[in-house]
Amino acid sequence: MKRRTFTKTLALMAAAAAIGLGSPALHAQGKTVKVGVLHSLSGTMAISETVLKDVALMAFEEINAQGGVMGYKIEPVVVDPASNWPLFAEKARQLISQDKVAVVFGCWTSVSRKSVLPVFEELNGLLFYPVQYEGEEISRNVFYTGAAPNQQAIPAVEYLMSEDGGGAKRWFLLGTDYVYPRTTNKILRAFLHSKGVADKDIAEVYTPFGHSDYQTIVANIKKFSAGGKTAVVSTINGDSNVPFYKELGNQGLKATDVPVVAFSVGEEELRGVDTKPLVGHLAAWNYFMSIKSPANEAFTKKWAAYAKAHNIPGHKDKPLTNDPMEATYIGIYMWKQAVEKAKTFDVAQVTAAMAGQTFTAPSGITSMMDAKNHHLHKAVFIGEVKADGQFNIVWKTKGPIKAQPWSPYIPGNDKKKDEPALMAEKKM
Amino acid sequence: MRMLRNLCLMLIVATAAYAPAAAAIDRAVVEKLAFGDTSEKLEAIAVLVTEGDPRAAPVLAALADGELQTAEKRVLIVKGDRATDAVTGEAVAPLPAGREDVVANNRLRREIGSALAALRVRAPDRDVRLAAARELSDSADEAMLPLIRKALELEKDAEIRSLLEMAQATLQLRSPDRVTRLDAIRTLGQSSNPSMKTLLLPIVSKKPDGAFAEPDEAVRAEAHNSLKAIEGRLEWGERFGLLFAGVSLGSILLLAALGLAITYGLMGVINMAHGELIMVGAYATYVVQNLFRAYAPDVFDWYLACAVPAAFAVSAAVGMVLERTVIRWLYGRPLETLLATWGISLVLIQAVRTIFGAQNVQVENPAFMSGGIQVLSNLVLPWNRIVIVIFAAAVVTGIWLLLTRTRLGLFVRGVTQNRAMASCVGVPTSRVDTWAFGLGSGIAGLAGCALSQIGNVGPDLGQGYIVDSFMVVVFGGVGQLAGTIYAALVLGMVNKFIESWSGAVIAKIAVLVFIIFFIQRRPQGMFALRGRAVEA
Repeated sequence: MKRRTFTKTLALMAAAAAIGLGSPALHAQGKTVKVGVLHSLSGTMAISETVLKDVALMAFEEINAQGGVMGYKIEPVVVDPASNWPLFAEKARQLISQDKVAVVFGCWTSVSRKSVLPVFEELNGLLFYPVQYEGEEISRNVFYTGAAPNQQAIPAVEYLMSEDGGGAKRWFLLGTDYVYPRTTNKILRAFLHSKGVADKDIAEVYTPFGHSDYQTIVANIKKFSAGGKTAVVSTINGDSNVPFYKELGNQGLKATDVPVVAFSVGEEELRGVDTKPLVGHLAAWNYFMSIKSPANEAFTKKWAAYAKAHNIPGHKDKPLTNDPMEATYIGIYMWKQAVEKAKTFDVAQVTAAMAGQTFTAPSGITSMMDAKNHHLHKAVFIGEVKADGQFNIVWKTKGPIKAQPWSPYIPGNDKKKDEPALMAEKKM
Repeated sequence: MRMLRNLCLMLIVATAAYAPAAAAIDRAVVEKLAFGDTSEKLEAIAVLVTEGDPRAAPVLAALADGELQTAEKRVLIVKGDRATDAVTGEAVAPLPAGREDVVANNRLRREIGSALAALRVRAPDRDVRLAAARELSDSADEAMLPLIRKALELEKDAEIRSLLEMAQATLQLRSPDRVTRLDAIRTLGQSSNPSMKTLLLPIVSKKPDGAFAEPDEAVRAEAHNSLKAIEGRLEWGERFGLLFAGVSLGSILLLAALGLAITYGLMGVINMAHGELIMVGAYATYVVQNLFRAYAPDVFDWYLACAVPAAFAVSAAVGMVLERTVIRWLYGRPLETLLATWGISLVLIQAVRTIFGAQNVQVENPAFMSGGIQVLSNLVLPWNRIVIVIFAAAVVTGIWLLLTRTRLGLFVRGVTQNRAMASCVGVPTSRVDTWAFGLGSGIAGLAGCALSQIGNVGPDLGQGYIVDSFMVVVFGGVGQLAGTIYAALVLGMVNKFIESWSGAVIAKIAVLVFIIFFIQRRPQGMFALRGRAVEA
């Protein structure tokens, strides 16, 4: 009796495995679909990425409660690449070829994205990347739900040049020393040149990852600002922002004299910093928690409830949402819509169905995936830090802006196509 | 928007009909301030300034501080859970529901700052006047010239007068009269304020078409002189700032390395877990902070008084346990010690990650440690750094007293100089080892407590300091406490001086290269041990 059951089970399993092998896109047993989450849960980037894992799990839970994707329940596979760039590639390979996930949501730093990119292209996986970045990339296998430079950096600088922004004439470009800040500053320098700013009015300064002593840099900003109305553009990433803003506040550099606009500082990074001396410093994003829209109200409420129910440290007492969280959320729902439109989890068909997908984003606009270039059309907001760590929105674009992953301010980009190249062309 | 404006207009008409005109500030202006767009708000501010009504000051201050709110058509000043009507000044209770913030951007805040100063420049209180005059000298506006003139006529205090004259001069720079301009430039030349430099620079520079912005040769020459004078004064501020930055970094390096100077320098244990002992101290501070916040929020500002001994005790205890269980079995086997302590460091990091989570935790500065003290016009020394410099000095003094004036210190010195002989004369060497290791670890904990006030506290905190700590100890000379002190200060200074002209990345590299060459030339460090201990 026992043996018979055993044989039966074995046969069933074999059959299931055979079906599984025959059509990897359809996991028949129990009607579930595996989805990968690839965010650092330890190491330097954990500060920013952990919460993206949590918001992704929240979205999955929500979708499952509504009946899943095409009737398939989402089964998340969470891995921890530990802020270790080569490990990102290894984990990505494991997700695609071993776990056979239909899609991966993940990465924060550009260097981690660059390291998984060849894996996704080789194994024909699908990645949703939720963070603002420097552009200069379009891949067939990646959808970029964060901002390209023309959706964040350029509008921010334009605002600071305007009368309302203070009419800055001199520019102090400050960043962490890696690919995103360097490329962004290269684009900004070219943009400033086009606006007639001379090289002597632009300073470019970099600090190592994890730098914590900003005394000299703040002193240099003060010195530089004596030469004319100055604005600081900060692309400092990760936890270095905390000592930087502390030093700014302590040395009494006021936003009314020298405004600092940051591209990687949101609600989460300001948690725990005494924001009273920082009132008026700026951040440019495509979403702020303080945006008033019904979609945002629902989003923040859901997040607060989820954080409380799952006992997420920090967020259970003081729930905060930020731009990359919103981008993750949009990405997950757009993928669901695309799957339902394509009626399959097949990467090529889902990719095709992604073009032109729309979603009512928490930022209050209807976000649309571009028909060709794999980037979202996004509205840009500029916020000033308030005493409570939230942002006052002082400027916004009239509507969504189309992303320009190939910035026109980098020479040679005008010849590049605004859509992913075919694999054959790439190999040449 | 249009509806709002219509509503506003209707209100203005309605209220103008029966509101007593003299009882309060002009309702129409306040409403323009609250409901208008940026340019309308600016107009309203200008009106309030020209009227010079001191009752406008609280409304403007509230707008700048984000305390101005609107409830339907009323304009309220909301402080905590109490509200007053901005126009009449009456208390409003209870708080109306559905309030909206009036948003002020940087441009408005700047205007409000100078407007408030202009309104306060004739206040009876000298301190208020002084602050107002200082603000005006920085950011006065054309429209304020009459107010400043009037204030100058009445003002007796010399310090305020000179600031007001400065403010007047900034406004007269564009005067059509050549002599007035010359006078103004001369007045500005006496300042040591960087914003005066900003004002003078356009005078000597050329416009895009090649012509000078200032047509008069003599005025330009005078501006050159004034600029040079200001820059000379500013340079002193920069030099002092650099010096202080060096001392501050030195004091941090010193605190981080001092514990290692005992465990590695005196005892010879290559302790790769030193950084993690610092991290443990920082987390102890975090725990004490949380306890204070939960149980004694009234005396929260004094939590450091408890956190310092707690950090010392916890790190010392961890250190002593390590010594008893692992390190004492490995004395005299440096390679094994290195590997074992490195393993311990990983264990400690993972333990903290498991208990407190992988993310950074927040340690708040007590109120007295935020902000800074203005020493020169372009030099502000942050309190937290000043406190840490003093703290480092106190710790050094404490250790020096402990090592030279106490029985334990005598034993420690005895054991490090000649273990066999010390043992012969009855010193319990193994117990002294434990105490000494505990002392070194405890000092690492103190460093952690100090570091929590300026940097991030996370499981990886120690990793960033382990290399620096070894660098300082080796550079100073192993076994020399004094050497460690000098080495920390020298490295701090060198790092900051290089950083000031080549950036942080190059400075880091340059310091490491410098140390490699230095150790090649002088392997024994800055201060060499002499005598028998060297051979031991």
